[in-house]
Amino acid sequence: MNILSVQDLGKNFGGLTAVKDLSFKLKQGEILALIGPNGAGKTTVFACLSGFLRAEQGQVILEGQSLWGLSPHQICALGLARTFQIVRPFLNISVLDNVMVGAFLRQKSVAKAREAALKVLDFMGLARQAHKEAGGLPLPQRKRLELAKALATGPRVLLLDEVMAGLNPTEVDELIALIRDINRQGVSILLIEHVMRGVMALAQRVLVINYGQLIAQGTPAEVVGNQEVIAAYLGRGLKHA
Amino acid sequence: MRRLYLLLGLLLLVLLLLPLVLDKYALGIFVMIFFYAYLGQSWNVLTGYTGHISLGHALYVGIGAYVSTFLAQKFGLSPWLGMLAGGLLATAVGLGLGFLGFRFGLRGVYFVILTISCAEIARLAVSHIDAVGSFSGIFLDFNPGFYNFQFRGNVPYYYISLGFMVLGSLAVHLLARSRTGRLMVAIREDEQAALALGVNSFKYSMTAIGISAFMTSLAGTFYANYVYYLSPNSMFGMGLSIDLILRPIIGGLGTVLGPIIGSFVLTPLSEVSRAYFAKGGLEGMHLVLYGVLAILVVLFMRQGILVYIKRALKPLLKLED
Repeated sequence: MNILSVQDLGKNFGGLTAVKDLSFKLKQGEILALIGPNGAGKTTVFACLSGFLRAEQGQVILEGQSLWGLSPHQICALGLARTFQIVRPFLNISVLDNVMVGAFLRQKSVAKAREAALKVLDFMGLARQAHKEAGGLPLPQRKRLELAKALATGPRVLLLDEVMAGLNPTEVDELIALIRDINRQGVSILLIEHVMRGVMALAQRVLVINYGQLIAQGTPAEVVGNQEVIAAYLGRGLKHA
Repeated sequence: MRRLYLLLGLLLLVLLLLPLVLDKYALGIFVMIFFYAYLGQSWNVLTGYTGHISLGHALYVGIGAYVSTFLAQKFGLSPWLGMLAGGLLATAVGLGLGFLGFRFGLRGVYFVILTISCAEIARLAVSHIDAVGSFSGIFLDFNPGFYNFQFRGNVPYYYISLGFMVLGSLAVHLLARSRTGRLMVAIREDEQAALALGVNSFKYSMTAIGISAFMTSLAGTFYANYVYYLSPNSMFGMGLSIDLILRPIIGGLGTVLGPIIGSFVLTPLSEVSRAYFAKGGLEGMHLVLYGVLAILVVLFMRQGILVYIKRALKPLLKLED
């Protein structure tokens, strides 16, 4: 059962092909990782899926519904939420108020939204920061806040863009446990990640793209041993005549 | 927080009793304080809370002033009703402007230019319409009475403008705590991030400009019936547009008390210095003083005076942040 299916996705920036003929499926309840060297087009894929960029070709189907031409807030309302690689907290309001913005998508009353947001904060281990201004949080907590905001929208599919970047190994491990918990609650997850520790621990399948095209897919172990993937990251060895 | 409300209640009581002891000139200064606080509050909804910078809010003041006055002179309609008619027209115009700006993604300086242009277009258009007095404007006949929104002395104007300020601020206070207000703040903080959380930024930006335009135009009707004279320059001009944003900026943007505090600081200064400099033959010098003050606040008190007052009163009022 596929919850999200992407068919022949294509996006150009002028003459530059950022994504080309990309097709993949995210299964219900799955954690799928999208990896690739810098500039491979991972974040562009996320932007196309979440409606921040318009793809020129292809189809994106979320639970049987086409996301073609929808704007980001509509896509979020349908159950696909994303985080940003460079976190974007609402700096001048409290952590709780930040998360409430997400909660308002499903809760129309302030009291109910507050309740829902507090639950999410508690789950994310941010309960003690609830009344602090978001601008005062250090990076690891900002990363969690970014995740908490997206989670508060009650998504069926979560796109996580490098939520582990810049964290130390302990913090990465904590986040891995949290993401696993989120997944267990029935949220399917697509993640972009450079922290291989996270990819290995979480992903059931890995997609590798380079120059906007799919070059390999499989289990984490398969992908790591793939010659194409090694070449994409490290280049090919010199052949001696 | 309780103590803050108590303090505000006491201050309001003092303001209610003030006409018993003040003369006409002093009351006039208070009328201007309340008037500009209310205008600043109205502008605050769009710019302070939602983050779309408008430098053309005189547009809505002008609409309020001209519509109610025109209807009163032509059809004998009470300005109280004309005020609502002006409010509706201002809302429609605001929504039209907002549609152009928000639908087509004009942000930052481009939105600012749109707001300035619309106000200027209105000013020039009104300057050429004979039915509303073209360049020379409209003088209102003095017919005191509640129906005509005209009164002898300053006491009724004092209470009406005080009512505007208090009710306007209360409305903004309630808005800021509501779902709608919180989503507006999210748009101000980071529109893209808000969109990613399912916030329909177009819808809430339109709501903000609609409310802001409506509130602003009501003050226009009041102003027309306070000064008895409308001209395109004074009602639609750039000067008023700038004048009305200085108080919230100096007091504190995106806060309910900011425009009020800003007005209590800036308006008396402006009135007194205007009179003082004019005596010495330096008309317009008070505007220089304004400019200097605005620069000082922007340089050294970026968040406005309110933050410092809050900090000073914190122990007394047991405020949390």
